[in-house]
Amino acid sequence: MRITVKAVGAAAALLLTTPAFAGWEPAKPVEIVVAAGAGGASDQMARMMQAAIQKNNLMKQPMVVSLKGGASGAEALMYMKSSEGDPNKVLIAYSLIYMLPLSAKIPFNWRELTPVSVVALDQFVLWDNSAGPKTLKEFVAAAKAASSPFKMGGTGSKREDHVLTVFLEQKTGAKFSYLPYKSGGEAATQLVGNHTEANVNNPSENLEVWRAGQVRPLCVFDKERISYTTKVTETQSWADIPTCKEEGVDVQYLMLRAMFLPGKVTPEQQAFYVDLFHKVTQTTEYKEYMEKQALKPIFLTGKDMVQFLEEDDALNKSLMTEAGFVAK
Amino acid sequence: MEAFGLLLHGFAVLLTWKTLVLMMVGLVLGIFVGVLPGLGGPNGVAILLPLTFTMDPTSAIVMLSCIYWGALFGGAITSILFNIPGEAWSVATTFDGYPMAQQGRAAEALTAAFTSSFIGSLVAVLLITFLAPMISSFALKFGPPEFFAVYLLTFCSFVGLGREAKHKTVISMSLGLLLAGIGMDTVSGNLRMTFGSPELLRGINFLVAVIGLFGISEILLTMEERLALRGHAAGISLRVVLGVWKDLPKYWVTLLRSSFIGCWLGITPGGAIAASFMGYNLAKRFAKEPESFGKGRIEGVFAPETAAHASGTSALLPMLALGIPGSGTAAILLGGLMVWGLNPGPLLFVEHKDFVWGLIASMYLGNVVGLVLVLTTVPIFASILRVPFAAVAPMIVVSCAIGAYAIQNAMFDIWLMLGFGVVGYVFKKIGIPLAPFTLALVLGNRAEDAFRLSMIGSGGTLKVFWSNGLVGSITTLAIVLLFWPVIDGLLGRVGWTQGARATSQ
Repeated sequence: MRITVKAVGAAAALLLTTPAFAGWEPAKPVEIVVAAGAGGASDQMARMMQAAIQKNNLMKQPMVVSLKGGASGAEALMYMKSSEGDPNKVLIAYSLIYMLPLSAKIPFNWRELTPVSVVALDQFVLWDNSAGPKTLKEFVAAAKAASSPFKMGGTGSKREDHVLTVFLEQKTGAKFSYLPYKSGGEAATQLVGNHTEANVNNPSENLEVWRAGQVRPLCVFDKERISYTTKVTETQSWADIPTCKEEGVDVQYLMLRAMFLPGKVTPEQQAFYVDLFHKVTQTTEYKEYMEKQALKPIFLTGKDMVQFLEEDDALNKSLMTEAGFVAK
Repeated sequence: MEAFGLLLHGFAVLLTWKTLVLMMVGLVLGIFVGVLPGLGGPNGVAILLPLTFTMDPTSAIVMLSCIYWGALFGGAITSILFNIPGEAWSVATTFDGYPMAQQGRAAEALTAAFTSSFIGSLVAVLLITFLAPMISSFALKFGPPEFFAVYLLTFCSFVGLGREAKHKTVISMSLGLLLAGIGMDTVSGNLRMTFGSPELLRGINFLVAVIGLFGISEILLTMEERLALRGHAAGISLRVVLGVWKDLPKYWVTLLRSSFIGCWLGITPGGAIAASFMGYNLAKRFAKEPESFGKGRIEGVFAPETAAHASGTSALLPMLALGIPGSGTAAILLGGLMVWGLNPGPLLFVEHKDFVWGLIASMYLGNVVGLVLVLTTVPIFASILRVPFAAVAPMIVVSCAIGAYAIQNAMFDIWLMLGFGVVGYVFKKIGIPLAPFTLALVLGNRAEDAFRLSMIGSGGTLKVFWSNGLVGSITTLAIVLLFWPVIDGLLGRVGWTQGARATSQ
């Protein structure tokens, strides 16, 4: 409730003060807090924003990326929680804000932070080694026929990748051994080295090994295909990857990428960042990044964002419960 | 010879006044951040990263990698002078480097450290230049069982080859493994031993522990014993440098062995830290009088430094070719690459030749220039020891505290550092070695994850550690090393080895 009031206030403040900056702007360097390790999708996105802001002079103060991937990202969440009232820290959040409190009982609730904006939605793709089966059907058949379960690599335990694996098992009847690695990059390399049979990495995490012809995308976990039609490899674009639903396995999942401030910041401070990240989404750096990493562009703020978060939270909670990942 | 042509091209890209100036600036900055304990390479590179956004990628990476080389050189300085390792892989350098400084041979130790760093990196760069494609495919052979085998090998070599009483090594290692378990468990996704404290969520940071265990405990011991640093008569002249160099050929076996170990572990993603320890232990094992190690033997500086730098340098290869950073600093460099739109991966070597070969060429130049730079400044650094202890000690404590704080911006870490200072003091008093403790703390988690992933993958059978030639031979070697004293003794009894008389004792 408090959040909603605040968000409405912020939207009002934004209306009153556009297009110029709201009365407030940061007086010291702004920390962009990444809840993951170096080189992961969050880190890459934070670096893109850092560069976009600096190159286009969107803010007087510099922006620094601070990696707080400890405890599978819980470190970043607790850090934001304890920074109440500090307007110089922005979290680049993803679905862990719903999942970690459920699976590991981290004393954290995203409603204690100040929402700024949702800046993108990330896809998940089922990949196998390019020497492996060529379509989802063949892959499922091979997994079922295998004497020991296929190994599925992913990031962390009881998180997006793990949930997707469980639902893939439920819908196909095949069994997988899920191997939790520390990062998507590691999961990618392990697939290339044939230590796992598949992974469900985000497009950005497998992009380079796909371009090198070492892995093959089988299907994307969304209701529609990815829209980008520029060729990524010699023969394929992102849009050429079928959806899992088309291939007969209806599993869908999209992950938010959203910005949050700590709790108890003023509406002026919130408005400044809403405006800042809105400008970021207008830059060519952002647009190129969206296309290259096959992200869905989106910009939600204020009431729309809170509504989105509530719905997304409920969805993630039901998935986690169904997968049996909620700690008692 | 294609590589040679490309390398020359790299030099051509590099040899402009602008890049050379950036190189010098980077090296000087790097040495500065390296000298401050805890600040070290990763933080230095992180702070300076945004400076390079407006540069072209090649200049930017040259400057950043020179900060990296500078920090590597600089890290040895605090290890030797104050017993405070700046990076994980400087820990082994303190074993003999610090005693040498105490005996008034600081300049000699520093020269030895810098020179062997140079040799180690050079060997690794040569390897990268000519074998890059082969090496990246070797690194891909490493799955969970192979990783675990490498970690096992490191642990076993410590127990089997160490000179300390075996039970004390095992006690120390077990305590380290216990503390490494604090925080989030990646495999199950659950929290362990955090007791509801948010501060313990992220686990115990290795560098915080090391700064306390080595740095703070040393200050405590010095205060108790004599209130003075013992290295005041540090001889400083070109003669010392030339003297160390003249002796170099005598140690060619050690240098070669350490370079080999370093390169091998460096291209194993994440293996860089283990390298310096293994380099040290093996040098000790094969030495004619192993008991003199740990008491200020120059070989004890050559061995770990060569291995550390060979691995630190070759660790850049998996980062470039596979996107897996081998060290903290490499991880920040990785972030930098992405800002410039260079995505590490198999195609980087094909699509961005200018960049890759410019970087490799900068490794050669940066190393040579760095060596000259640090050697000329040895006298300045060695003279720090002439400052009275009462003036230097507070400065060391303050810079330790800043370093511990800066790693994760957490006040809690300063208390943790002080706690580890006391632990280190007690350990030294009761004769429990610190090295196995730190090794377990840094590798414990990874070893555990690798073991459990292997078990999930194999369905719970240990046979997976002998499932192919690579993992089988590493595991077997590990077990042989663990029981080496017994094996050596048995062989000695039947008169097969001569090493027996040195060890059965």
